[in-house]
Amino acid sequence: MSGESILYIGIAILLLPILSFVINIFFGKNLGCLSSVVATSILGIVLLLSILVFYNKVFHHFENKVVLSNNFLFEISDKILQFKFTWIDLQTVSLKVGIGIDNLAAIMLVVVALISFLVHLFSIEYMAGDPRFSRYFAYLGLFTFSMNGIVLANNFLFMYIFWELVGISSYLLIGFWYEKKSASDAGKKAFLVNRVGDLGFFIGIMILYFSYGSLLFDDIFNKIGQGVLPFGSENILTLAGIFVFCGAIGKSAQFPLHVWLPDAMEGPTPVSALIHAATMVAAGVYLTARVFAMFTASALSFIATIGAITAFLAATIALTQVDFKRVLAYSTVSQLGYMIMSLGVGAYTMGFFHLVTHAWFKAALFLASGSVIHEMHHAAHHLGDHHTDPQDIRNMGGLRKTMPWTYRTFLMVTLAISGVPLTSGFLSKDGILAGTLAYAQLTGGWHWLIPIAGFGAAGLTAFYMFRLLIISFQGEHKTEVAKHTKENNWIILLPLFILSILSFWFFYSPNPFDANAGWFTKAIVQPKSVVPEHMQWEFLLINGYTHTEVNTVPQSSEHISLNEFAEAMHHAHYPAMFLSLAIAGIGILFSFLFYQFKILNPDSILRQFPFLYKLSFRKWYFDEIYNATVVAGTVGLAKISALFDLKVIDGLVNGCAWFTRQFGYFIGHFDNIVIDGLVNFLANITGFFGSLVRYLQTGKVQTYVAFAVFGLILLIYYIF
Amino acid sequence: MGIGLSHYLILSAILFGLGIFAIVTRKNAVLVLMGIELVLNSANINFISFAKFNNLNIDGHIAAIFVIMLAAIEVAVALAIVLNIYQNYKHINVDEIDSLKD
Amino acid sequence: MQSSLGFPILTWITFLPIIGMLLVLLVPVGKDEKSREVSHILMRWITVGITFIQLILALVIFINYNRILPGVNDVSSFQFVERLTWIDANFPLIGHIKIEYLLGIDGLSAPMVLLTAIVCFVAVFPSFIIEKAVKGYFAMYLLLDTGMMGVFVALDFFLFYVFWELMLLPMYFLIGIWGGPRKEYAAIKFFIYTLVGSVFMLLVMIGLYYSVGSFSILDMINPANYKPDSIFAGFHTTIRYIAFMALFIGFAIKVPSVPFHTWLPDAHVEAPTPISVILAGVLLKMGTYGMIRIAFPIFPDAVGYFQSLIAWVGMISIVYGALCALGQHKVGQRDFKKLIAYSSVSHMGYVVLGLASMRPEGISGAIFQMFNHGTITSMLFMIVGVIYDRAHTRGLDEFGGLANKMPVYTGIMMVAFFAAIGLPGLSGFISEAMVFLGAFNTYPYLTMVSGLGIILGAAYMLWALQKVFFGKLPERWNRPWDPTGKKFPGDDLIAREYAALVPLAIIIIYLGVYPAPMLDLMNSSVTHFVELMKPYVLIGNFLSGM
Repeated sequence: MSGESILYIGIAILLLPILSFVINIFFGKNLGCLSSVVATSILGIVLLLSILVFYNKVFHHFENKVVLSNNFLFEISDKILQFKFTWIDLQTVSLKVGIGIDNLAAIMLVVVALISFLVHLFSIEYMAGDPRFSRYFAYLGLFTFSMNGIVLANNFLFMYIFWELVGISSYLLIGFWYEKKSASDAGKKAFLVNRVGDLGFFIGIMILYFSYGSLLFDDIFNKIGQGVLPFGSENILTLAGIFVFCGAIGKSAQFPLHVWLPDAMEGPTPVSALIHAATMVAAGVYLTARVFAMFTASALSFIATIGAITAFLAATIALTQVDFKRVLAYSTVSQLGYMIMSLGVGAYTMGFFHLVTHAWFKAALFLASGSVIHEMHHAAHHLGDHHTDPQDIRNMGGLRKTMPWTYRTFLMVTLAISGVPLTSGFLSKDGILAGTLAYAQLTGGWHWLIPIAGFGAAGLTAFYMFRLLIISFQGEHKTEVAKHTKENNWIILLPLFILSILSFWFFYSPNPFDANAGWFTKAIVQPKSVVPEHMQWEFLLINGYTHTEVNTVPQSSEHISLNEFAEAMHHAHYPAMFLSLAIAGIGILFSFLFYQFKILNPDSILRQFPFLYKLSFRKWYFDEIYNATVVAGTVGLAKISALFDLKVIDGLVNGCAWFTRQFGYFIGHFDNIVIDGLVNFLANITGFFGSLVRYLQTGKVQTYVAFAVFGLILLIYYIF
Repeated sequence: MGIGLSHYLILSAILFGLGIFAIVTRKNAVLVLMGIELVLNSANINFISFAKFNNLNIDGHIAAIFVIMLAAIEVAVALAIVLNIYQNYKHINVDEIDSLKD
Repeated sequence: MQSSLGFPILTWITFLPIIGMLLVLLVPVGKDEKSREVSHILMRWITVGITFIQLILALVIFINYNRILPGVNDVSSFQFVERLTWIDANFPLIGHIKIEYLLGIDGLSAPMVLLTAIVCFVAVFPSFIIEKAVKGYFAMYLLLDTGMMGVFVALDFFLFYVFWELMLLPMYFLIGIWGGPRKEYAAIKFFIYTLVGSVFMLLVMIGLYYSVGSFSILDMINPANYKPDSIFAGFHTTIRYIAFMALFIGFAIKVPSVPFHTWLPDAHVEAPTPISVILAGVLLKMGTYGMIRIAFPIFPDAVGYFQSLIAWVGMISIVYGALCALGQHKVGQRDFKKLIAYSSVSHMGYVVLGLASMRPEGISGAIFQMFNHGTITSMLFMIVGVIYDRAHTRGLDEFGGLANKMPVYTGIMMVAFFAAIGLPGLSGFISEAMVFLGAFNTYPYLTMVSGLGIILGAAYMLWALQKVFFGKLPERWNRPWDPTGKKFPGDDLIAREYAALVPLAIIIIYLGVYPAPMLDLMNSSVTHFVELMKPYVLIGNFLSGM
């Protein structure tokens, strides 16, 4: 298949879901149940096309070629297939955009399409009977469109555009049941917190546009590679990287903007699986991977630190949560922290690998939780019980008996997320931990905290995942509701099966203990950094090949020299593996001791550390702190501004008006009294004299004649 | 001593004086009118005498005829007014007709 | 090559509403209820017809417009030019006065002409609700239309001023007679505020006339036309700075920029829906249009001197307007319209910031933002009008759950709301992004701070969305809007509301996906404008050297 046709398929993949959106938004009411069929079949086509693109891109070689057709510039190379066109043309300046498919995008397309398809399928049953059934599928279509846009973007503008669009679809889906205030609050919170990150992202984009005059990744990276620095300063390049990464902090729910993701669980559970576990929240990681080449060493260490903090922080919170979905949500945050951390330490391939494996098993976890919640809800409804929270794990228990298939898939993916061997999670997590170890060895100092956080989070993950599994599925039914649950039908179970099967190692590597043996690490090659050499980690400099490139080198070449990091990662592989196995084992063991065998009593231990318990249970008080500072501050400032406007500025205006009016009154009075007074005075005097003369006026003709004669005589006398 | 211009003028002046006296002092409106006639006629005498003794010639006569005609018309109008006044006031006492004052 | 259609299209498009006004005035109004109703219907449809023909004329202009000619300072590259001598006489004391009837459009005014035609057309539909003195209302409405259109096509400063004042009077009556409870206050505030601006403008205009000897804006732009030793001759003189500032304040009042903005919330709150639509949709644009047509090109040296001040005004308007809009949730009557009025202050701040950038992206973005704000805010005000007509209140706290009662309405409303918060795919995003990209080159730090406006904008809009549309429907609205079913059959929108809202929604989405038609319209003018200003102003370094 030629590069151009793959790109055309890419466009079809991008646009088909929007068709689903349009159909469902305008004709959904008339379609009724059919709307789900339409949406799901469109997604089925998208899935097939995505697999086609994946197969053709990843496993085939492309000759370099440049074709210009209809203002569309196709650039085909083995690294990336892309086309560019001018979207905004201002004569002197123009903004070029386009889409590109490299291996990263091709793999991501399959992840998005498959999970989206399975979620569509799952939702047919899960959302049945909802009054806004078709609206729901429309939003899913909008989301899939936007997510594919992020995946396919080869420029910052499209990235940002679709970035915002996934934000809005996430907003709409979180607040899907908007009659509940908590749901619409959560949607608003998600959108606003994301906007904070997006502002940083946009500032980063503006810096890059300012410096390089283009928003295409190619152009920007080429110019950085040529040594052009933004504002001519190295620090600004680091800063630009960190600003762009702010987008990822928001979208991938990294510390300190992670607060929106747990609240986002107000949305329908399949949505949580699709958007808030597998794909959209991974967009931040995807972005970081996409622009990996432009991060300087300082930016990377910032990224690694943020990732490590997030991974550990979220894991500690997940320990004590009692809401089924919230545990999973914090687990998602923690795993996203892993991926970010992995990218930050330079284990690029492993970070993206974890994104993919995590997408499968986390989607499966959420769909399984959806299966459980759906059943709990039904059972509660059936019993007429409106008090039992169907999401609270303390109300579950014993579901293993009533929902055996859900239990089995859940167990499988729990093993995967805990990093038990023979699972995909083991492969990727092991790689990441090896990367952090290597990183710490090479940098030393406080950087050792990063692997410590990583291993700590690994142990905590194993612990809280098994806690969740044991409390909700094992043991006896804790409530009537749990007892009345029964297994769901195949529409719900099929996605679970598919996703849990994908959590086995053999899809990625023939060797269950070494990811590097598989196709994945050959396909995803760490991009060569474009920043000036002295701003990179010296151990990442290519004086040979990176770890992952080793595999792509023809076997015949005898002297494979690794760069320092790759070598260190190679050495760290076995220590990391054993350490992570041991730590995960300990986590699982404690989980069983606490909850299965009840040898240790969790409550009594918690009672000894009430502060730590509270800290974890109240999510380190982030919400409270933000509400008290940022939110209250902004609202307060807004209030002050509004009052200021009303009282001071408008007051000034009205004051001016008042003053003018008073002045007018004064002038009016002056006019009335003084000026008019003068005039009246003159008139009065005249009147007075007039009244004197009036006495001569008798009205008798004869008097007048007499006067006339008298006057005549006077006149004559005067003349002569 | 023949009768010259000054005699006529003196006669005329006396007549004028009598006329004015009548206009100013009489209460009866008809008598006032008669005073006016006297004044007009004194003017006629002047015209005629100037015609005779100075070079006013025929013009003086014409003016006198005009005045006589005017006097006739005036009397007609004035009597009509007096009649109307009588109808309104039931008397023709000029002293009491002072509504012009207001 | 000038475009010419063989008939004076600009005169037609400007004075057509006057003909409509005469027609409306000629409609007899009967005594009894029924014949009065008939004449009302006739007057409404005359107005619809006239504004529709005007819209068609605007589209004819849009189609026949030559996208290559730049305009701005050269009358030969303006299009559809009409030039007649209007007043040419010797006056005893002031000497010879020559005022031309000079009409023409270029890329700076063409989008505005189109916007005026669109907004005036759609705003007729919400006017159907007016029951009081219908004849006067529509007569004033059409007169207002002429005034606004005239401002955008006039190239003679005096003519511009005449239209500017012509627009003022009907607006005063439209607010003052058909307004809300405090209509007199709002109308007089609007009137006096604008008049203050006009006085500044008048003074500068007279000064310019004595310096140039012509009222033509194009003559005033050319420095060679200034008589030596006249008051505005030369560059960088104090008197020129003062004159520019006077003009700028005059226009900033109209925009309105902080701190001259307080007439806007009052005028909006009191004005009837269609007048709010026109006020926000077209009138505010006159301020920024005046800057770019008159103040900036005539006093480029002063622009250079005050450039950062202008950018500050833009930035403060953006952030402060957004904060005040957010504050409306907590302070005052929690009036929906007031919130949108403040959002207008914020959104027009983007225009000022974009203009201050003096970069092609920034200026194109600013003009595009003027157009987009016109369509988006018109939609927002009509959306508020829809519920106000039904519920007779605009309190943000008094609603909730309308999404269930009025689903289609909510869908259309979301387009407008999301466009207002700059969601990609809708036109507002493109213009805001362009403004930011342009402004960042010239004023990086101010632009970063302005970015807060994006977050705050999302906050107040989503808050309003949540309060009014989400949640549960209050008990009092849990019945049909109109029990008689005569005025509002059903809960959702009625035909004339669709007629007003749907075209705007389509424009917003279309330009959001494919902005080229609008950008092509202004490109060459903006490029030329930037070239013209370049020697005098600060400009971002990228590309200025290329």
